[in-house]
Amino acid sequence: MLRDDLIEYSLHTHHSEDQGKKIRKKIFFVTILLTVITLVEVLLGAFIHQNSSLWPFVKWTFVVLTIFKAGYIVMIFMHLGDEKKWMRNVILIPYFIFVLYLIFIAIWEALEVGGALALYGN
Amino acid sequence: MAEHSVVLDSKTLWGGKESPFSTSYGKLMMWFFLVSDALTFTGLLIAYGFTRHAAQAAWPIGEETFNSMPFLGHGYPLLYVALMTFILIVSSVTMVLAVEAGHRMDKKGVIKWMIATIIGGFFFLGSQAWEWSHFIHGSEFGKIELADGSQAIVRGHFGEIENFVVVKAGAHHKSGEVIKTDLLHQFQHAAETGKIFRNETVIENLKEQKKIIAQLKMDTTGVKGATVILSDLNNKLNLLKKQHNEIQSKPFKGGVIVLHDGSIAKINKKSDEHLMLITKKSGAKFKVGGEPIKGEKAAELYYGSISDGYANKVVYGANLKQNEYGPQQYGQFFFFITGFHGFHVFSGVLINIIICIGVVLGTYHKRGHYEMVEKTGLYWHFVDLVWVFVFTFFYLV
Repeated sequence: MLRDDLIEYSLHTHHSEDQGKKIRKKIFFVTILLTVITLVEVLLGAFIHQNSSLWPFVKWTFVVLTIFKAGYIVMIFMHLGDEKKWMRNVILIPYFIFVLYLIFIAIWEALEVGGALALYGN
Repeated sequence: MAEHSVVLDSKTLWGGKESPFSTSYGKLMMWFFLVSDALTFTGLLIAYGFTRHAAQAAWPIGEETFNSMPFLGHGYPLLYVALMTFILIVSSVTMVLAVEAGHRMDKKGVIKWMIATIIGGFFFLGSQAWEWSHFIHGSEFGKIELADGSQAIVRGHFGEIENFVVVKAGAHHKSGEVIKTDLLHQFQHAAETGKIFRNETVIENLKEQKKIIAQLKMDTTGVKGATVILSDLNNKLNLLKKQHNEIQSKPFKGGVIVLHDGSIAKINKKSDEHLMLITKKSGAKFKVGGEPIKGEKAAELYYGSISDGYANKVVYGANLKQNEYGPQQYGQFFFFITGFHGFHVFSGVLINIIICIGVVLGTYHKRGHYEMVEKTGLYWHFVDLVWVFVFTFFYLV
């Protein structure tokens, strides 16, 4: 149980002043990127309403931008991009297989249920 | 520390021959926990998506529901949630800066950025408290059930209630008294319980109707001339109903309120602006997805529904049973998803505080690395990650 406080368990965890500068630069870049994406999302949401003909396009833009944001948070802020390739895979692949399946099955089912409710009432 | 590295080389790490993925046990387990927690949130958001797709047009729209700012009032769609998102992103950045400072063994830097992160966390929690309070209390208008059985949410600027002038004394208030406090609350309570009327005549009319209906139910067997009396009463009742309908067909102007003590007061209220009714549940006349009802017509329907003895036609704010924004499940999902996320933020702040104390005491500096900061950082970023998805799927689309 005490093993966690041994230095050998945390490999690749030290870097120099110069490397730090480079990393900080990257962090600030990601900050600005995430803020700009959020702003764009809010402006799109405020000006294009759900009854607009552009809405389906805006909706999918939101989804893509969200995945984009999530990717930056996971890969840069959570350092998953810097980990070993197979650690990345072990975390991401099972999650995505399960979630994509669940999204597919749930939304498909929901549309059927919604259609049935519209036809036969509550 | 140096002695340890002599005793245990990297070949014997993790009890096996090497550490999997060159990662420490703690960090990998944190990742596994985060994957399981991510699945929990995914489950919640997909359940939300299921309910929403099944409900279709009846579901509330984010920019219609969340359009308020503290101190500024209505008309700022999604701006507040965007601000909350920004606060959380910034606190995520300060966290990653703390981790970076830890990699350089810069104790002061770690302390500085961790404190900034904790402050950001508190700001987010405070914002969420405001958001919840606003959601629970709701708007001035509430959601209305119209005469045809349809339900509509109401948008527009609520004309301010200036005062109530007592016209008929009750147990507590004297005639002529001007009431200036707690007006909106009393008005809303009266609207819910059917105690707002067009004028005093309507109150008398309804009282009279009630009396006659009670008389009509009485046992008349063996009473001489009962049929004549009954038809007389029926005529009277029909006349009263006709009068009531006539009054009801006229536009609602002003009105009176029956206060808690039974006194009757005249409502002095400025007229509403840009009133708009958006149907969220179809009735005999108005359908979901139809054109919003605007102007005079909207005012007539709205005040027609909350006045003249109609109780339980209006819902203000939200609880677990009903809410003014849309279907019952909408409120439940709001409370559960944002509440569960808020609880994660709260525990994240607590863990950050504990780790920050460890940093100040020098626990991790003595160890030779700041991996504990990195691990709590992982959790904190995860909280931000979840919010990114909640923001999109609960508020934006």
